[in-house]
Amino acid sequence: MKKILLAGMCAVMAAVTLASCSGGNKNDIWDWESEPKAEGRGVTLNVYNWGEYISDGSEGSLDVNAAFTHITGIDVNYKMFDTNESMYALISAGAADYDVIIPSDYMIGKMANEGLLAELNFDNIPNFKYIDPQFRNMSYDPENKYTVPYLWGTVCIFYNKTMVDEADLDQGWDLLWNEKYSGNILMFDNQRDAFAIALKKLGYSMNTTNKAELDEAAAELKKQKPLLQGYVMDQIYDKMGNDEAALGPYYAGDASIMATENENIGFLIPEEGTNKFVDAMCIPKSSEHKAEAEEYINFMCRTEIALANADFVCYATPHTEAKKLLDPEISENPIYYPSNEVLDKAELFIAYPDEINKYMDSLWMDLKK
Amino acid sequence: MTKHKIASLPFAVWMLIFTILPLGMVIWFAFTDSKGTFTFDNILKIADFSETFLISILLGALATLICLVMAYPVAFIISRTGERVQQTLVMLTMMPMWMNFLLRTYAWMSILEDKGFINQFLGLLGMEPIHMINTRFAVVVGMVYNFLPFMIIPLYSVMVKIDKSIIEAAEDLGSNGFQVFRRILLPLSAPGIVTGITMVFVPAVSTFVISKLLGGGKEWLIGDFIENYFIGTAKDYNIGSALSLVLMVLILLCMAVTGLVDRDEEKGGIGG
Repeated sequence: MKKILLAGMCAVMAAVTLASCSGGNKNDIWDWESEPKAEGRGVTLNVYNWGEYISDGSEGSLDVNAAFTHITGIDVNYKMFDTNESMYALISAGAADYDVIIPSDYMIGKMANEGLLAELNFDNIPNFKYIDPQFRNMSYDPENKYTVPYLWGTVCIFYNKTMVDEADLDQGWDLLWNEKYSGNILMFDNQRDAFAIALKKLGYSMNTTNKAELDEAAAELKKQKPLLQGYVMDQIYDKMGNDEAALGPYYAGDASIMATENENIGFLIPEEGTNKFVDAMCIPKSSEHKAEAEEYINFMCRTEIALANADFVCYATPHTEAKKLLDPEISENPIYYPSNEVLDKAELFIAYPDEINKYMDSLWMDLKK
Repeated sequence: MTKHKIASLPFAVWMLIFTILPLGMVIWFAFTDSKGTFTFDNILKIADFSETFLISILLGALATLICLVMAYPVAFIISRTGERVQQTLVMLTMMPMWMNFLLRTYAWMSILEDKGFINQFLGLLGMEPIHMINTRFAVVVGMVYNFLPFMIIPLYSVMVKIDKSIIEAAEDLGSNGFQVFRRILLPLSAPGIVTGITMVFVPAVSTFVISKLLGGGKEWLIGDFIENYFIGTAKDYNIGSALSLVLMVLILLCMAVTGLVDRDEEKGGIGG
């Protein structure tokens, strides 16, 4: 029994350590330890980011937070969340005093609308100049007052080449409804992502506020449910890695983890268009160390740091210089950096009004009963 | 008397802040709407979840029953061993809990999958694979595994106090194994049974995550809905609180029934 548990643990740990996308040499990006060490300033920044979403020193990578403390003398208390919603629940309840948070597009829009975000002083963030203009003034922050983009990506379908017929690959999102793969299909366990796919399959916008269209999408999801092996998030690494499932949608940036877990995994971005997402750095209004938080954001936009993060996490960077320095195997890979043709058809999530959110909640929970 | 009162003060304060006050908040949220006006709407909406409540309670009760059946002999055997061995065995019982709950449940995913450890083993023996993952069966297995120690420990701590000579006396007077169990062991270990049932049933009924990881997330249990209302997408403390409140009342009812059975048990044991 203990052996089995150990094996289980090893599997989980393997998934964690394989997260870096290219091997070794990452410490060469910047030898920050030989820079002069700043004196402690007695300030601790609380940073709240997605799990596995920063170059953290594991696998010989650059330890971004340690480097920041070394260079600036500001301590970092780094915490991780697993969904935008759990992060939002904490911040909106005033239950935590975070100084830098990195939510996704639609959540940023929602938080900005609710007055939860502080306006940034871009004089303190000169490295913003490196951010690709394509990623400024995004729909979630049209005047670019609150955010500095961190990483972005798209949603793709992962499939097992030995289990899915090549001839079926042009079916687009319908592939996830193909009865041939009944019992071997995985689906997002996250309502916004799941609805987006159903809406795209029907040819609607994934930002629709038309309740009839949402009803149709819910009906599609109900139709899909009996074909599914399950609704998953992180578990997809395990399920796809062990040939347990044949296909499922997930974030393209995680392709490297999938590929290391199982060499038979292929990726495709459906023709109908997909979801493009941007995760951006913001400062909650409640922060008591706004200037230091801006220093942190600026640090994250240093070319070396942006490069280290893009290299380690494998999601796409909006940092022009870092992208140039990135291993071409990543920066020229259409799964990580899709062509403009794909991006033109991709949609960014827009924050839903409360009424539509509630409506989608009820449809989703109906599906789960 | 006053000394005792002063000594219990820290606990009283603790209870007030972390039990009474939150309970009051749950009741408050359950009976108000988002603007804070009194309403029964949240409680009425619970009717939509009646099937989920039923499934959650049934699965929780089944897991509790399996835990009881498995834990009872184990606890008895542990309680009859030497002191040294007892310490080791109790520690071994607790040991899985040193590992994170999520990690353990993840491990069970790998064990129960179609190409998981069990089916690989069956394959080696030339047997057909059994489909277990993403079923209610897998959810119950996850509950039993995670909560079994909570049944063994209270049973053990009651049984270890049962005087060996009482059992010997019964045997000397001609009781067979079943009679010893029925008329000596069972009544004397009843408090442990009730504690064990409480400690397993309550977390099992309200569990979340297990159903998502082992059940495939296709059928949420009541704990998953409550989670979704508090920290999930559907942030709505009012309905979430109403669900929690109804769950608490249902659990209390179930416990009251167990308590009644227990009292009968004791009476039967001593009287008959």
